[in-house]
Amino acid sequence: MNELYWRIFLNFSFFIIMLFIAGFYCILVTRNLIRVMIGLELLIKAVTLFLVVACYVSGQAALGQALIITLIVMEVVMIAVLAGVVLSIYRHNNSLDARRLRELKG
Amino acid sequence: MTINLMLLTAMIIAALWTVMGRSLLKASIGLALTSAIITILMFRLDSPLAAVFELSVCTGLITAVFVSTISLTKPLTFPEIKKLSKDRNKRFRYLPMIIILVGMALAYINLKMDFSAVREALPEGAHETDVRNVLWNTRQLDIFGQIIMILTGTFGVIILFKGTRKR
Repeated sequence: MNELYWRIFLNFSFFIIMLFIAGFYCILVTRNLIRVMIGLELLIKAVTLFLVVACYVSGQAALGQALIITLIVMEVVMIAVLAGVVLSIYRHNNSLDARRLRELKG
Repeated sequence: MTINLMLLTAMIIAALWTVMGRSLLKASIGLALTSAIITILMFRLDSPLAAVFELSVCTGLITAVFVSTISLTKPLTFPEIKKLSKDRNKRFRYLPMIIILVGMALAYINLKMDFSAVREALPEGAHETDVRNVLWNTRQLDIFGQIIMILTGTFGVIILFKGTRKR
């Protein structure tokens, strides 16, 4: 692989790892369900950016774009369903605290 | 490359603001900002179609979903906010330190380690350049997958909201 492309790949990868850590930390630490969704979004954004960079440096930009479009569609569907689940939980518990989910029966 | 590094740094700052901010509304705006910066990076990395999708869907639609979800929930009272923010600060204070430490470790790895063997093993790229050909010819099944996902999502949202209305 070309040295310039390799350098681009490394630089982007480092920032992507940091973005991934930020999202993962948010999911681990927070108790608010909407914040969990935000953390999940950050994780998906890190994956999207990694796909873009990997496809760019390997010369497969067109294939990468097709994959990213699929990923974005799945992301939207997932967030819409998650928002519905979070609202249902809120109406049931009157709280967005994830710890309240332990009180569910079943 | 300098512009890319500046954009990447801005992206990390926006992500940190999103994660560490107190207000949920500001967090969703921070997420949209992160998404917008990623869009610019996508344009710079020869992925204009994906960038347009990211801008319209992730920056626009998902932010709208977040804002409407936040608006449908009850805002906290002032004593609750005060109590929670103290607790939040305690839990989130390690994140910037972790990010800085990981950044330093990665920079050290980048400077000290020799990746030339890995670099040589990776193939040179010169492939299909038209995204329409890839989407409609090579990855046809993805389209069906996307349709199924959208229908599943629609069905899921209908079921969820129907259930809450009955209750």
